[in-house]
Amino acid sequence: MAVQLDARPPVAPAPRPTRPGLGNRLSRLDTKYSPYLFIAPFFLLFGVFGAYPLAYTFWVSLHDWDLLGAEHPYIGFDNYTQLLADSDFWHSVVNTLGIFVISTVPQLLAALWLANLLNRQLRARTTWRMAVLIPNVTSTAAVAIVFAVLFGREFGMINWLLDHVGISAIDWKANRFAAWVAISTMVDWRWTGYNALIFLAAMQAIPRDLYESAAIDGAGRARQFWSITVPLLKPTIIFAVIISTIGGLQLFTEPRMFNSGTNAIRGGPLRESQTVTMYMFENAFAPHYNFGYGSAVAWLLFALIAVVAAINVLLLRRLGGGSRKEVSR
Amino acid sequence: MTRLWSASRLTYLALTLSAVLSIFPIYWMFVVASRTSDTMGQVPPPLTPGGNLGANIARLFDNTDAYFLTGLINSAIVATTVTISVVFFSTLAGFAFAKLRFRGRNALLLVIVATMMVPTQLGVIPLYLLMTKLNWNDRLPAVIVPALVTGFGVFMMRQYAGQAVSTELIEAARMDGCNTARIYWNVVLPALRPAAAVLGLLTFMTTWNDFLWPYAVLNDPENPTVQLSLRALSDGYYQDMSQVFTGTAIATLPLLLVFIVFGRQIIGGIMEGAVKA
Repeated sequence: MAVQLDARPPVAPAPRPTRPGLGNRLSRLDTKYSPYLFIAPFFLLFGVFGAYPLAYTFWVSLHDWDLLGAEHPYIGFDNYTQLLADSDFWHSVVNTLGIFVISTVPQLLAALWLANLLNRQLRARTTWRMAVLIPNVTSTAAVAIVFAVLFGREFGMINWLLDHVGISAIDWKANRFAAWVAISTMVDWRWTGYNALIFLAAMQAIPRDLYESAAIDGAGRARQFWSITVPLLKPTIIFAVIISTIGGLQLFTEPRMFNSGTNAIRGGPLRESQTVTMYMFENAFAPHYNFGYGSAVAWLLFALIAVVAAINVLLLRRLGGGSRKEVSR
Repeated sequence: MTRLWSASRLTYLALTLSAVLSIFPIYWMFVVASRTSDTMGQVPPPLTPGGNLGANIARLFDNTDAYFLTGLINSAIVATTVTISVVFFSTLAGFAFAKLRFRGRNALLLVIVATMMVPTQLGVIPLYLLMTKLNWNDRLPAVIVPALVTGFGVFMMRQYAGQAVSTELIEAARMDGCNTARIYWNVVLPALRPAAAVLGLLTFMTTWNDFLWPYAVLNDPENPTVQLSLRALSDGYYQDMSQVFTGTAIATLPLLLVFIVFGRQIIGGIMEGAVKA
């Protein structure tokens, strides 16, 4: 993902026609300070409501801080020590990583395949693109409720379909792995089409003559896909993986709304589908309002995201390593 | 680009299958919303709309657990305010970053790109403490104000302004004695309109959809956003599924309408963003 920082040459202060001193000075002030005035709202608002809370989370995590206590004494890393020995926390980490892996891998492969289908001479091109993107524009909470019913044990349509192929009813909420699968299905339903469009955009930027010369060399379609399309898509794939990592490890709405009733924030009676963000929420807000402990969860999740993102990038770099040179441009 | 591969029947078959999978849960949501609550137990599950939608809507709006109408109105207020603000501040800052010269420009732009990678959702706890101090808990400013700007918006407008706003036009306006604010309003904003519209649509949909932060900070059940009304419906002790689904259908409807009308522009925006990012 190359962020291109230099667009067109910026406008130089225009040569000012001779005018009375005051107007001249005003106009010089304008060219000098207007840019700062224009970007100030972003930095002010983001500073107060984005950056400061994130940094302050760390400060809160070093204190014994809850809703009712009048004081919140400094306790160093005690919250973290406690958290690292907290089996419910690790349980939520395993849930999060499990859901992340079984959702992201099929999702990106399916998106590549779908992009490849869309990258042809199609009738009603926009309609197909809209059809695959539509899950992405629905309300997450609403869809999670719908999927929870589809995955219902007794009257769910999925179990009804499975019954036809001889698989007996699965209790999707009570079985931990089944819950992961159900939630991953929701995530994939929402994001596969979106990623397919991102991949499609990158595919369209690949020069056609690469394929033509490969075809002359006798490479079939499958061969062309794996040795031209995929390697050239690598920056986009890495971008998609990073975005999926940041989003996927913070997964909240889908698992929260997949469950309902009193144990919902715990992801079921035995925390079958509680993610780390849900665990942070459970501790920091209702019912516990333990801000210090919740903040420690937030920071460890932050660290987890950074580590997983770094691992993913390294893996992807290595996997496709050197393949770019094969296609000399 | 000379020629794309032609699409075989198999291509259309696979695409049709994908489209059905995409649309079915939404379609089924409307089916259940239009039927009576005993639909759930029926085998095989009914797949055609029924005639009970009006009654379901009436019961939904009478439901004293969900405050659904308040939720709808609140979500409309929040999403509209946030959208206008994000578009305004993003075009303003995007213009400055793309077309004006000032010290620290590149460094500040890097900061903006970095903010797009930071999971700000993890800052909800101090944000909650801050709202308590401002006495905004349970009130709409708590969900509006933190969303008034996004790094994504600034970056998107900056990328677009770089190509869409004519430098010559800006210079000419300056020669005519326009100050920078007027140039923004009369030259830049009209040129940015297509991209600003896409940003507005994406922002509206994201804000309408927002769940975690409103859930944390709006604890008064009588003053929810529509997503929180859905939560209340779904967590209710007694679940009337056709009523819950009526709620999910109504909460999804504005997004679907926006998408059906502006789908082409939204797809264009997503795909252009992908190439530039």
